[in-house]
Amino acid sequence: MEPRIPTRLGDGSLTEMTRSEIKSDLEEGTQAAAARGKVPPLTEDELDHLLDIFASTARFTGVDIGDEVVITKDGTGTPQLGSRVDALYAAEQVLGHDSCELFHNDYSYRAVKTVLPMEQQYMKEAQERLTIPVHYGAQPDLGRYSAPDGPCGNWSELLPAMKIDEARAAQEEAVEMAVEDMVFVAEGMWEAGADGINFDTAGAAGDGDFLATLKAVEALRAGHPDMGIMVGMAGEMVIGTHGQLEYGGQRLAGMRPLAQMRAVQTAGATIYGPAVNVNTSRSTAWNTARALTFVKPCMDEAKIPVHMNVGMGVGGVPMYGFSPVDAVTRCSRACVDILRLDGL
Amino acid sequence: MDIAHSCASGMNGLRAAGDLVVRLQMSRGMRLKEAKAVVADKLGVTTRDLSDPLAMHELRGRLRLGRLFETETTYFRDPSPLEAKWHISETLGIPINSVIKLRAGLGF
Repeated sequence: MEPRIPTRLGDGSLTEMTRSEIKSDLEEGTQAAAARGKVPPLTEDELDHLLDIFASTARFTGVDIGDEVVITKDGTGTPQLGSRVDALYAAEQVLGHDSCELFHNDYSYRAVKTVLPMEQQYMKEAQERLTIPVHYGAQPDLGRYSAPDGPCGNWSELLPAMKIDEARAAQEEAVEMAVEDMVFVAEGMWEAGADGINFDTAGAAGDGDFLATLKAVEALRAGHPDMGIMVGMAGEMVIGTHGQLEYGGQRLAGMRPLAQMRAVQTAGATIYGPAVNVNTSRSTAWNTARALTFVKPCMDEAKIPVHMNVGMGVGGVPMYGFSPVDAVTRCSRACVDILRLDGL
Repeated sequence: MDIAHSCASGMNGLRAAGDLVVRLQMSRGMRLKEAKAVVADKLGVTTRDLSDPLAMHELRGRLRLGRLFETETTYFRDPSPLEAKWHISETLGIPINSVIKLRAGLGF
């Protein structure tokens, strides 16, 4: 009888599978992405390597010596460490992070705009205390511009009411406001000494959200040639809440990682972060194979670094705030080994 | 989660040279292989050394690029973070925003 190996589901819960079952899940995961994304599945050699990683009973795994990648991080720090800058300092001095990110708990550029001088003061302090690069990050958060929180019509209410034109007009209005806010905050943080700006979960509110991000990146790049600009995505497909928005002649709705990467690169970002969401009821092996398959086509074509999102619920990492190291390190290693990523 | 990724795949930041490599990615949009090669060339080490704390710790001290300290090994003569970033900027030949602002403030 085939021995059962402890492994994880996408929600982080511990389960047991045989080597054959894990192999089957890897094959199903890559085929699911290949069919959905119209991309090639992983090769037999790549699946064999993933099987070795996921069928191991070791608690911890890692990349080969010499294959390490840099790590960028959204929202660095924990509330146990005093001030936010104390937390960044600990990330540098104690945890050995390659870079870090100053952030506000209300992780939205629109919200940060109202407290920008305070955030600039924290960035100044961070720059005086840290040697590693410090990003400033928040979300484009286009939904924040819709009623009742914002001044624009609420497309989530207009669309079900079949008011398509009104929903589109509301999003177009929100895009322009979001661009203005993102550029305002980013330039303020640059003035305070930031090494880079992170637009996190781009596209979370649909194609308008992604368009606003691309326009903000374009404006910032034009004014600041040396600014680090990272765009991390919200998911493996841009949702078409508008449906007709384009960037560079390409329709944004439905964009998968390769098309997303091309758009981000064209806009002028220096780092692209693909995100592939996790199915919590499937195994970590299934989810990781699926995520790698979606992102793999980016790797040959990218001219800028690709840092795969491997936080909670993306890139194969379980959807749990305190993910077990066995699952995280398997995903971490799998991403680097298979994709030859530029970073995580 | 951050710690797990750092230990499994990361370049060890200030313990080694991860911060230098990521600076080239952020400011120049360089992909990993090229960024590692440039940093290794500038420091006169191999790309494998860039993730090795033993290879990098003394070198960072000599070049005044900033490094970790702990209770048993204090480095009060090491540069402050802004001074370290000034040296990093000159060693790698890249602009660093906070250093540009410091230089402007000092009248350089």
